[in-house]
Amino acid sequence: MTQLLSMGGINKAFAGISALSDASLEIEPGEVHALIGQNGAGKSTLIKILTGVYRRDSGDVHFNGLDSTIGNPREAQEAGIATIYQELNLVPLRSVTENVMMGYEPKFLGLFIDWQSAHKRTEEILARFGIDIDVRAPLGSYSTAIQQLVAIARAVSLNARLVIMDEPTSSLDTSEVEVLFGVVKGLKEAGVSVLYVSHFLDELFEICDRVTTMRDGKTVDCRNIAGTSKLELIAGMLGRDVGEIEQSGMTEFNGGAKGLDKGEILITAEGVSTGPRLNDFDMTLHRGEIIGLGGLLGAGRTEVARAIFGVDRLVEGRLDVKGGAGNLDTPAAAITSGVGFLTEDRKAEGIIPDMSVRENLTLALLPKLKKFGQIDRAREKELVDHFIKALGIKTSDMEQPIRELSGGNQQKVLLARWLAINPDVLILDEPTRGVDVGAKREIQSIIREAVENGVGVVLISSEFEEIVEGADRIIVLNEGRIVSELENPGITEEILVRALAQTSEQTA
Amino acid sequence: MLDTNAFDLRKYISRNPQSFAVWIALALLILFGLIRYENFGGAYNITSFLNYNSMFIIISVGMCFVIMTGGIDLSVGSVAAFTSVVAAYLSPYGIEVALPGAVLAGVCFGAINAISVVILRIPPFIATLATMLGAKGGALVISGAQTISVDWGSNFTKMGMEKALNILPWSIVVVGFVVIVLWVVLEKTTLGRTVLAIGGGEDASVLMGLNVNRATAFVYLLSGGCAGLAGVILASGFGAGQPLEGIGWELSAIASVVVGGTLLTGGFGSVTATVVGALLLGLVFNILNFENGKGTISFSAYWQMVIRGGFLFAVILFQAKVISGRSESKVQS
Amino acid sequence: MSAKETEIQIGSVKTRDWGKFFRSNGGVLALIVIVLFNIAFTPNFLQMQTLFVNISQVATIAIVAMGMTLVIATGGIDLSVGAIMALAGALAPLIFSSEFGQAYPTLGIIAAIALPLVAAIFCGLFNGLLIANLKVQPIIATLIFFISGRGIAQVLTNGNLQTFSNPSFSYLGTGKILGLPFQGWLALAIAIALYFVVTRTTFGRYILAIGGNERAAELAGGPVKRVKIGVYMICGVLSGLAGLIVVAINSASDAARNGNLMELDAIAAAVVGGALLQGGRAPIFGAILGAVIIQLVKYTLLANGIEDEVALIAKAVIILAAVYIQQARKE
Repeated sequence: MTQLLSMGGINKAFAGISALSDASLEIEPGEVHALIGQNGAGKSTLIKILTGVYRRDSGDVHFNGLDSTIGNPREAQEAGIATIYQELNLVPLRSVTENVMMGYEPKFLGLFIDWQSAHKRTEEILARFGIDIDVRAPLGSYSTAIQQLVAIARAVSLNARLVIMDEPTSSLDTSEVEVLFGVVKGLKEAGVSVLYVSHFLDELFEICDRVTTMRDGKTVDCRNIAGTSKLELIAGMLGRDVGEIEQSGMTEFNGGAKGLDKGEILITAEGVSTGPRLNDFDMTLHRGEIIGLGGLLGAGRTEVARAIFGVDRLVEGRLDVKGGAGNLDTPAAAITSGVGFLTEDRKAEGIIPDMSVRENLTLALLPKLKKFGQIDRAREKELVDHFIKALGIKTSDMEQPIRELSGGNQQKVLLARWLAINPDVLILDEPTRGVDVGAKREIQSIIREAVENGVGVVLISSEFEEIVEGADRIIVLNEGRIVSELENPGITEEILVRALAQTSEQTA
Repeated sequence: MLDTNAFDLRKYISRNPQSFAVWIALALLILFGLIRYENFGGAYNITSFLNYNSMFIIISVGMCFVIMTGGIDLSVGSVAAFTSVVAAYLSPYGIEVALPGAVLAGVCFGAINAISVVILRIPPFIATLATMLGAKGGALVISGAQTISVDWGSNFTKMGMEKALNILPWSIVVVGFVVIVLWVVLEKTTLGRTVLAIGGGEDASVLMGLNVNRATAFVYLLSGGCAGLAGVILASGFGAGQPLEGIGWELSAIASVVVGGTLLTGGFGSVTATVVGALLLGLVFNILNFENGKGTISFSAYWQMVIRGGFLFAVILFQAKVISGRSESKVQS
Repeated sequence: MSAKETEIQIGSVKTRDWGKFFRSNGGVLALIVIVLFNIAFTPNFLQMQTLFVNISQVATIAIVAMGMTLVIATGGIDLSVGAIMALAGALAPLIFSSEFGQAYPTLGIIAAIALPLVAAIFCGLFNGLLIANLKVQPIIATLIFFISGRGIAQVLTNGNLQTFSNPSFSYLGTGKILGLPFQGWLALAIAIALYFVVTRTTFGRYILAIGGNERAAELAGGPVKRVKIGVYMICGVLSGLAGLIVVAINSASDAARNGNLMELDAIAAAVVGGALLQGGRAPIFGAILGAVIIQLVKYTLLANGIEDEVALIAKAVIILAAVYIQQARKE
């Protein structure tokens, strides 16, 4: 069978650092093809080379039987490759119609945009996804899930031969994912190929035909998904044995092991509301306890974190820290009260890329390092030295800019930033997202150690095993409200999934 | 979810609160002027008002396109001064030559801006600030730092001094025509939509396959061309090329654009509201002149800049509220 | 992708090293070239008088450029510096020439220096509040004073040139210490103080953190608003000081010309000195180097009989080139 797409021997380096070496990818017509790999394995780079965002250093790309000369995203679209990028490529200030039709608007006299039919066509396209909205309104006035579906609608409407979806379900709820799967299946029946990139391996078994695995910039495996197990895929991504993983468990956590012996109360939340996305939230966090926040994206988990840390203002309710010993009005006040917040988006809200490991690590500690307005340099160095050793941060020295570190080590520096303030409470939003498996386990054991030393932790994680095994209790949220509370020991992934599933049924 | 329907005035107002406010303010000011001053609605005042403000309308509309991409063009004043000198030199050949010649000169400065911004990736305000210096120096060099008198014998001065069909000044007719064309470009062409998309998100626009570089280059060329046209009107209206004019024009233009409700961060804006904004600012000074004439108060010319700054401040305060309202709903996604 | 040029590819070691060398030492090299050119072609260049003139001229650019460097380090920009100079410069003679100033000369001089500086700080505070609290883009926020500041100065003086003879005030611009201009020493003292602030204090660390990643700095408890307001106030007061010096040098205050286009010189000096427009870097001594280069280019053109207008164009080219090189360095 002739391939629709065949990429072979692709090499690409950024500033001398190899991102892809001898990567390859083959897609048949009418196939749904999964592309998996850890963060940094080279998936996104490979896709961006295919769509002309990056130029390859060497290698061959054949698309549709022709040697590909795609040099920019426009040419890719014209050649029949439509892409939904991981970071949404939409313009929130402009209308839904513009976002769907941009560059392909229906015209009269071949020049002037016919807005009437543009709106109508947009409505028709969105109807296929079961969306009925005012297409004249700015896209930004709709939820992330709708925006995601609009991005997908745009790509599908371009009559492509190949549709690339990079993490399309990351902000969709269960019913929206079903809609998406329906569309993918429809595309397949129409003979369109789909390249499907996802971290959610379960999805792949549902809709994909074949799966290509990448690791460290190389293509390591390509196989039919039928007859493959999830564990085999994970093993392939990690480059480990199947047996090795089964033995050691999934995480470094052992939540609920301490039983009911709870310590001092650190944080009390009563009827906390910060707006439509968080309503009437109650929680009591004790010393030495991990509370997991369960829920799908947009359920209000991050909003809980932001409320506690003083980022969002309370509309209603009361937040108390250590029985009124401090306040949580602003991030600075929260830090003074002993609260640390490891944010979800490491790049945008965590690191200061050009600053050194030392400066990044002590950023939250600066008020305490101040001596007559000056920074106590000797103590600063001593502290940084301590944390680099204690957390096993791999850096050439403490003056290396943090951007040069790997994701896992950056995350450790940020964790150290919060451990350095000697926190009573740590809010961890996706602490192991986008770090490799080794670092993931190290970070988990650092968290465990902190908890053993009496820190109370609020843990948000999309990886079910992490909160199932980690949390002493799980508060399950949906649409900004608490829907149930689970106690460990005894929580299994199945129970958590069922709790989530119930909530979406209730509100559906 | 919102229901789908066609035009809804309330929705329009809630989405464009400022554009709406500007229309109201303009109407109120006109009403105020008509009631308070005898000659306010007279033919002479209207003609001279439109003649003078046609220059500001055209550079404001050019600026509006630049700002919609999220950029800024600080060179328009100097470029207008330069092109007024060019127009004066070309005036013996008639308006048929002087107009396109001067506009072309403006486009050339626009091209320098476009190259700096698009190819050299220099931030727009630096690039255009440098062009402002260059154009200013250039205007002084080619004019020998003197005003250059136009050729009164040719039809050149018609543009700034006579009326089409004895109704409206030629300057405002030409500017009005250009503004209508530009309105069509913005609202009805892919190029115009691309301009707005860039301001709303440049990276996203690239990934959508839009020709971002072409549209960005276009707005700077356009702004240069508009400044060129303003230079022609300047030379024609005053009978001389004015190398020292144009100081602070970029600020008037920015103020008009902003008053009209175009977001300074780009991605949202309108040609009509910009024109109204320019008229509104012009009217404020017109009324101040009348007030000076009445002798109730006396404002020296130096107050102009202070008042303009105050206006900008007021609008910024207003927009800061609107923007923060908008971004609040955005952040929570 | 975030991994950057830590390793140098074999085979291209030399060219890369040279490229890097030129980029990171471009300012110094440019200075050497200009000085050598002047030694060769400009008559009477190697004389004390030349040094004296240039130092007295460069001090104002350098003082404003240092303030601008701090502002740029937070990722901002201040277009109002020239207007603030004009405003402060217009106030001083009004104060010491007033009846009060005539009656109490010493108090008058103190007030003539202190009050304009306070006014300048307030301008900076105004900019800072708009930018930090109302989240207005710095270009736009500082545009307000860029437009109206000079207008206010002209309204205050009715647009007149104010000439005066007041030796104690003029010391600011004409005094000498060890044979070199007072304002040169002043600029140096300010530089040392600011260098200390940037490298040793939490305030300085926060400036760089805000420029590097504002969101992260805020979530790490940094007093983002206060620091931003602080840098605009510093920039404001330094501009005011520069305005006073210009007035002192000329023994006259001309609101229309004092500090005209200074925002360009200051931005250019900061950028030539190595400040990154997107923030995160505050090379204080770099700003002085940049100011010296700008001043020497001006001097060179003037001393070799090039017209003022052409000098404007030359300056435009320098600014574009400096920013372009900086952009290239980033990539």
